[in-house]
Amino acid sequence: MTNIIEISGLNKTFRTSRKHEPVRALDDVSVAVREGSCMAVVGESGSGKTTLARVLVGLETKDSGEVAIAGTPVTTSLQRKEQRARARAVQMVFQDPNGSLNRRLPVGSAVDEVLRAHFPLTASQRKERVSELSKSVGLADSHAQSLPSALSGGQKQRVAIARAFAAEPKIIVLDEAVSALDVSVQAQVLELLHELRRDKGLSYLFITHDLSVVRNIADDVIVMRQGQILERGTVDDVLDRPQSPYTRLLLECAPKPGWKPRRGVIEHLNSKIAS
Amino acid sequence: MAASETAVLSTAPGIPAQGRLASVRRRLGWIGMVCAGIVAVVVLAAMVGQFFVPYDPTVGSVTQRHLGSSAEHFLGTDQAGRDIFSRLIAGARTSLVGPLIVVVATAVAGSMLAFTAVWFGGKTDAFLGRVLDVLFAFPSLLLAILGVAIFGPGLVTASIALAVAYIPYSARVIRSVALRERNLPYVKAAELQGINGFTITLRHILPNVWTQILTGSTINFGYAIVDLAALSFLGLGIQPPAADWGLMISNGQESLQQGFPGQSLYAGLCVVATVAAMAYIGERLGGRAAAGRSKQ
Repeated sequence: MTNIIEISGLNKTFRTSRKHEPVRALDDVSVAVREGSCMAVVGESGSGKTTLARVLVGLETKDSGEVAIAGTPVTTSLQRKEQRARARAVQMVFQDPNGSLNRRLPVGSAVDEVLRAHFPLTASQRKERVSELSKSVGLADSHAQSLPSALSGGQKQRVAIARAFAAEPKIIVLDEAVSALDVSVQAQVLELLHELRRDKGLSYLFITHDLSVVRNIADDVIVMRQGQILERGTVDDVLDRPQSPYTRLLLECAPKPGWKPRRGVIEHLNSKIAS
Repeated sequence: MAASETAVLSTAPGIPAQGRLASVRRRLGWIGMVCAGIVAVVVLAAMVGQFFVPYDPTVGSVTQRHLGSSAEHFLGTDQAGRDIFSRLIAGARTSLVGPLIVVVATAVAGSMLAFTAVWFGGKTDAFLGRVLDVLFAFPSLLLAILGVAIFGPGLVTASIALAVAYIPYSARVIRSVALRERNLPYVKAAELQGINGFTITLRHILPNVWTQILTGSTINFGYAIVDLAALSFLGLGIQPPAADWGLMISNGQESLQQGFPGQSLYAGLCVVATVAAMAYIGERLGGRAAAGRSKQ
């Protein structure tokens, strides 16, 4: 099986201010994602997982390292042509659909303008395609005229997913795409993502901090902390037989049924991380 | 929360016009409605007033100079024996058309500059910022006088010169609101989808900042009336014997010293009422829009 994404030796530092040390958001990160698989990236806030996604889609420039999508090296240039080509290869679903959808644009138009940017379709063909896409994410045609404010959180995220699929990319990066949703809606959206991947042969890079979601959707997983990859492997391996102490800690922290916070648990965890 | 949601819905496309009108009325309040009435009267006078004036506003009679209010001359006559009421109505047109040119030209040019700076950012933004700083260094009226001195006096040249002088102010305000919009995830999302900058600016950024542009324009409108009146006062704007409020204030100054304040007074009142009404409406609509935004 070939790798759809190959990242090797990727580095990225952020200079927050002159006084502080620059932050190493990505420290020699290498990732390979098999075609048609779902790779989950887990880690706490500030672990560099979102930076990894942003570099991949081109929202952030890299300092050094190689990024290749389907065998083609990706440069982080702002050239119009390359942006378009990248848009056809990688799309992203953001965490908060309230922010990632224009509040004054009917959601059907949001999908329509992606079609217009990439395909030579007539207005009626585009309309048909928008309706197809809406159907595939479980939205009624009547929603196309609605503004985002008239939709529920789950519906909005479905629109964002439909929009990501509109350009027919090979890879979709999902940055905490279900984290803002209710648990029941979360399950529906995960199910939808699963089906779409199976039907269209896509690959996902799934950024999340929620380990139960990882088990639900991913094939492989990497664990990141402070810009480095601590552990990688199949979901079963990593979650059931974690090798690094940090992964074990993450698993311990994850709320389970019957879990109650105990006094001093945070201090306990911190001391464990330090060791 | 519910209130902010209805506010968002009411400004949205696809809502029946009647609902939008009601929402504008609610935003203005009763003082705002009075102001809207004043503006409406002035606009009406500007459009059709010339067909209803009792006397020819540019022709006077030496025997009729400096008459007080009477049944024949509602607000009296000026130093040339012209009917002041007729001149006020006829002057409404130039007094509105000039500022309208100023405001539209300022908003269009300011938006283009601001959007260019915001979209490309970095060096482009810095360069345009410095250019505007240089323009800022000159008082706007002085800049306008310079423009008129070069291109000759008249309504259109004076208005365009004033528009150039206003551009840095409007560009700076529009840049700041557009910049905030530019950094929102939905603009990044559109960029990632391979949609070009021009389309994103027109379809995404502009619809989200146009209320602020409009608000800024109503406030500029007030300034423009005053500044154009000042230019006319200096003899650089409207040329006599055409009627214009600024010109009337200017012409009235000699009569003022001779004890006939009518002309300057009434023209001044017209300017003040129109400017105040415009500014209040702008403030009201803009303030509400800003409040609704912060609550979202």
